[in-house]
Amino acid sequence: MERQLLARGALVGIVAGLVAFVFARVLAEPLIDRAVDYESARDDAQAALDRAAGLPVEHEHADIFSRGIQANLGIGVGVVLFGLAMGTLFAVAYAVCLGRVGGVRPRSLSLLLAAGGFVGVYLVPFLKYPANPPSIGHEDTIQQRSALYLVMVLVATFGLVVAAAVGQQLAPRLGTWNATVVTVLGYLVVIGVVMAVLPSTGELGANVREYGRHATETPQPLRDGGGRIVFPGFPADDMFAFRLYSVGAQLLLWTVLGVGFAPLAERVLRRGGAAPTAPVSVSAR
Amino acid sequence: MSSTLSTPRAAATPVVLSLPRAILWLASAAFAAVALYYFVGVDQGATSVFGNDAHIHEFVHDARHFLGFPCH
Ligand SMILES: [Zn+2]
Repeated sequence: MERQLLARGALVGIVAGLVAFVFARVLAEPLIDRAVDYESARDDAQAALDRAAGLPVEHEHADIFSRGIQANLGIGVGVVLFGLAMGTLFAVAYAVCLGRVGGVRPRSLSLLLAAGGFVGVYLVPFLKYPANPPSIGHEDTIQQRSALYLVMVLVATFGLVVAAAVGQQLAPRLGTWNATVVTVLGYLVVIGVVMAVLPSTGELGANVREYGRHATETPQPLRDGGGRIVFPGFPADDMFAFRLYSVGAQLLLWTVLGVGFAPLAERVLRRGGAAPTAPVSVSAR
Repeated sequence: MSSTLSTPRAAATPVVLSLPRAILWLASAAFAAVALYYFVGVDQGATSVFGNDAHIHEFVHDARHFLGFPCH
């Protein structure tokens, strides 16, 4: 049965990825193009400033893939593979939780796990280290930024697993409602502390040394020798729209996963001998 | 909710997967999925499995930004 569940998860994951890809292609690609244009115009302005100041000018290296390939094929393959990976992990989690998480019905379990995936894998890490369009981020901090992001993903996801386990232990004593409230609050406190302790991207050593204290790595306006702005900072509206669409795409992806997997899993389980309307597990304790 | 079987939890319904029996499939699937997550989101940025090359990074570049991974 685990193989059937895994296959369904992978399949729904691919479909979810395709839906998210269409969303990305229509809404996000124009923004990504604008960000790439901003970046090259900014680089040109920087080069002109450097030349005027008698500094050596960096040469651009040629792209391996054209923007056309990146913006159509590349983003499609990337988002669909991400969907496949999440669908597979989702099915693994589903198989493990089945019958072990109290009286949750097979369909509800699918929705709950999808919500957990969205919150743990994406939303909580996003709150600390939000998605950025191209041109934001310095090359010399990529290692730290990647490590910090993955730490956030691990803490947020693992925290949910712990919270679910603790909640189940508390439920018989406090009742489901109170146990849920206590567990959610505990999760928020732990995540809040981790977020407060981890540095923001602008506070990384390399950034403070080179650019001074800023909250993030968002490009600031370029100034000439006299302090006059000769090139604007990154457009705030583009940044907001990009992040909003990024959240939207993930919400869509996890919704398709949860809603799409539920009936398929139920069919697998029914064949496996469970009564379709009965909760999968026994909560008598 | 309360219309559940009244047997103790050890005798849960037959749909509870026996983890020891399913562990190989579940573990390999989880491993493959995490590897995929890594290649889509992380490889050839901070670390690189295939050495100093940027083909994967460049190919999925837009997806990487949009899915929330650090890039650039
Ligand atoms: Zn990038």
